Amino acid sequence: MDNRQKEIDNLKDYKYGFTTDIENTRAPKGLNEDVIRFISNIKKEPQWMLEFRLKAFERFKQLKEPDWQKPKYPKIDYQDLYYYSAPKSMKDKPKNLDDLDPKLLETYKKLGIPLQEQKRLNGIAVDAVFDSVSVATTFREELTKQGIIFCPISEAIQNHPELVKKYLGSVIPVTDHFFATLNSAVFTDGSFAYIPEGVRCPMELSTYFRINASNTGQFERTLIVADKGSYVSYLEGCTAPMRDENQLHAANVELVALDDAEIKYSTVQNWYPGDKDGKGGIYNFVTKRGLCKGKNSKISWTQVETGSAITWKYPSCILKGDNSVGEFYSIAITNNHQKADTGTKMIHLGKNTKSKIISKGISAGFSDMTYRGLVDISSKATNSNNYTQCDSLLMGNKCGAHTVPYIKNKNSESNIAHEATTSKISEEQLHYCQQRGLSAEEAVGLIVNGFCKEVLQQLPMEFAVEAQKLVGISLEGSVG
Amino acid sequence: MKEQLQKDFDNTIKNLTLSQRDIEIKKFYLDNFINKGFPNRKEEDWKFSDLNQIIKKNIGELSFYSDYTFTNKVDTSAFVDGLEHNKIVFINGRIEKIDFDYEKKDQIEIIDQSETINKFNNNSSLSDLNSAFTNKSFKIVVKKGYQLTKPLIIYHTTNSKIWSKNINLRLNFELYENSSLRLIDLFRDTSEKNFLNIFYNFDLKENSILKNYKVDKFENKNIKYSFNNIEQDKNSISETFILSSGSNFCKNEINCNLNGEYSSAFVNGIFSINNNKHHEIRTIVNHLTENTKSYQLIKSVLEDSSKAVYQGKIFVNSQAQKTDGYQLSKAILLNKDSEFNAKPELEIYADDVKCSHGSASGSLNEDSIFYLMSRGLNYQQSRELLINGFLLDVVEKITDPEVKNLIKNMIGIKE
Repeated sequence: MDNRQKEIDNLKDYKYGFTTDIENTRAPKGLNEDVIRFISNIKKEPQWMLEFRLKAFERFKQLKEPDWQKPKYPKIDYQDLYYYSAPKSMKDKPKNLDDLDPKLLETYKKLGIPLQEQKRLNGIAVDAVFDSVSVATTFREELTKQGIIFCPISEAIQNHPELVKKYLGSVIPVTDHFFATLNSAVFTDGSFAYIPEGVRCPMELSTYFRINASNTGQFERTLIVADKGSYVSYLEGCTAPMRDENQLHAANVELVALDDAEIKYSTVQNWYPGDKDGKGGIYNFVTKRGLCKGKNSKISWTQVETGSAITWKYPSCILKGDNSVGEFYSIAITNNHQKADTGTKMIHLGKNTKSKIISKGISAGFSDMTYRGLVDISSKATNSNNYTQCDSLLMGNKCGAHTVPYIKNKNSESNIAHEATTSKISEEQLHYCQQRGLSAEEAVGLIVNGFCKEVLQQLPMEFAVEAQKLVGISLEGSVG
Repeated sequence: MKEQLQKDFDNTIKNLTLSQRDIEIKKFYLDNFINKGFPNRKEEDWKFSDLNQIIKKNIGELSFYSDYTFTNKVDTSAFVDGLEHNKIVFINGRIEKIDFDYEKKDQIEIIDQSETINKFNNNSSLSDLNSAFTNKSFKIVVKKGYQLTKPLIIYHTTNSKIWSKNINLRLNFELYENSSLRLIDLFRDTSEKNFLNIFYNFDLKENSILKNYKVDKFENKNIKYSFNNIEQDKNSISETFILSSGSNFCKNEINCNLNGEYSSAFVNGIFSINNNKHHEIRTIVNHLTENTKSYQLIKSVLEDSSKAVYQGKIFVNSQAQKTDGYQLSKAILLNKDSEFNAKPELEIYADDVKCSHGSASGSLNEDSIFYLMSRGLNYQQSRELLINGFLLDVVEKITDPEVKNLIKNMIGIKE
């Protein structure tokens, strides 16, 4: 009995909640021009990059924090945050993994992301980002052979300035909304990937984000460019220690797909959600936007959102090229006092563009979940199609599930279809499962997995298994 | 606009016999409106229809004062033929006639509320405008157990005597236990460029039934806003049908509070618009207690550069278990310049509910046209047949056979 209880407790707890005790280099607290110069300086950035940041900061000062979202949060004091924090040992970049701080290696081992060669997951190249710096990127040589560039963005700024200059800010300009502009001003690290013309990336690329330092905001920036006729599948994972205070995570992710290229971007987001009374947890205010720039290009977002105290993001597709395709598959689970306001935007600009949105929301406990989405077919997007389906599942009468779709059709030759349902797990289904020997919790797990299946299927294999487990764990304790 | 408002307000007050306190209250509403102005696209509810811009573009300067000292001649030829009915006639915003000839006199009470200010359960700037300027308002009470034998038709007539005027109307209805009322709002405008601002309040007691049909069919260049607030007690039923077609701009808002168990609300609407018309329906159905039901069906046919907007919201609070909420909007865009925007919204805090919405928009199905043409119809006939069938679906939802026929004849839909 004791053992079983322990096992359940283990499952219920957030198992990535530990802290790594490591010495940090930090920027001075607060947000001002000096801090931005400090970040730019420590990254040894060229002048144009600093100008990019300062331009964003100028704009940021004029912006007002938005407040139209459903989950409200106490005002964030942007002067009371550290905008840069890195392990001291990272100051002089270690040349290889043997030089890397063992504590860091240990951290990633505990997270289940082994960085050492022999233990690496086959077929996945990992860029590991710890607070504000990238600590290691694996499989680089093998990728370089094919001409694929996969490295931390700070390295890309130095080594491939022509690419970064061309594409950085081309999808999310410095003049964008509040959090995106803040990111443009103070972003620290993140991943950069470039897939050359006609190359099909032989392995999954992935970035693993870890927040460790307290009082620190993480602002990473990811830029993926798929040149003509290329293909890449990209994974993103994230965890953070358990802390009583809320931490801000405001990343920008930009995707650019040229003619005939395809980008598949999958996220399993498992930031610390706060304890069961709603104390602590991450504010996940991320801007993700993909541009289908070329003809026949395709961008597909898949997300499994189980963590964070507040999730507030809308991965979007701008379908500019003719015949381009945008997809969005999402599972969002909120439990206890978690809140989520998430969805997508599909902006149809080119002819014959297609988009598909499948969103599954599950809320339990005292949580609140909102699907908010926009489908906009402009007058020039002839013969375009959209299909949207968003289903919500409610567990208990203390939680909420909301659907707020905006649907704009300006083209008579285009079709939009939207469906949404909200319900609970039916007694009949539960009864059926229990009759066949499953416990109430197992039955709920099974039904929820079935509910999510359409989205889980879209994930790459390794991720799908993890996500499926995560879905089960997130709902632990919400039944009965 | 501020000076104009102030001046017109003083003129309006002069013609009314109000107590000092009531004048103060009206002034308060006026100040509220002056502060807020006409709603614009910055407000979420007006995101798709910027009334401020629309008034500026279509009317320009509005005047808010109307001289109601002279009576208008009631043109009986405008009355609906072939259907015996009770009447309320508004001409240019002035009540000319209230007539319940077909009903038992002691079962219906008409209370003149012009001299009392009643608060409206809505704090938008348009309700402030309405409260500040309404000149006559009546409350119509249907007594316990009485069911009106004939429908009531409210004629909203305007003629060329008015120009660039704002007209504010307000009516209150109270339906006592087991009573029922069929109400048709019929708009006939020969005027141009006026802004009509209409507020209705319905109070439905236990087991009462309200059927409200709003028909805006005749071509006109006016701008209309209409707000229905419906409070529903146990077992009551409300049915609202909107035919949105004639005016240049028209926004119908329905706010329905299902306060009592087993109450239900039905909202059905048709947009059939052409040219540069811009119409909107916004519904809010609040499920506030257990076992309530709502059903909404909105269909649009859009020609030329017309634009239709549907914003529908189903709200379910945490007590409202066993709620059944359904919402469907479909649109056919016939021209490349037409536009359909929808925001079907669900806000749900209870788990044992069945709520769903669907929204679809697109072109006329070419396959169906091909099918009909292969059976000998020409293109135009096939198109008309398909559109008729599409809209007939909504008309068939009308539960009152007399009114259903009336509306079918009006639209020219044949079975």
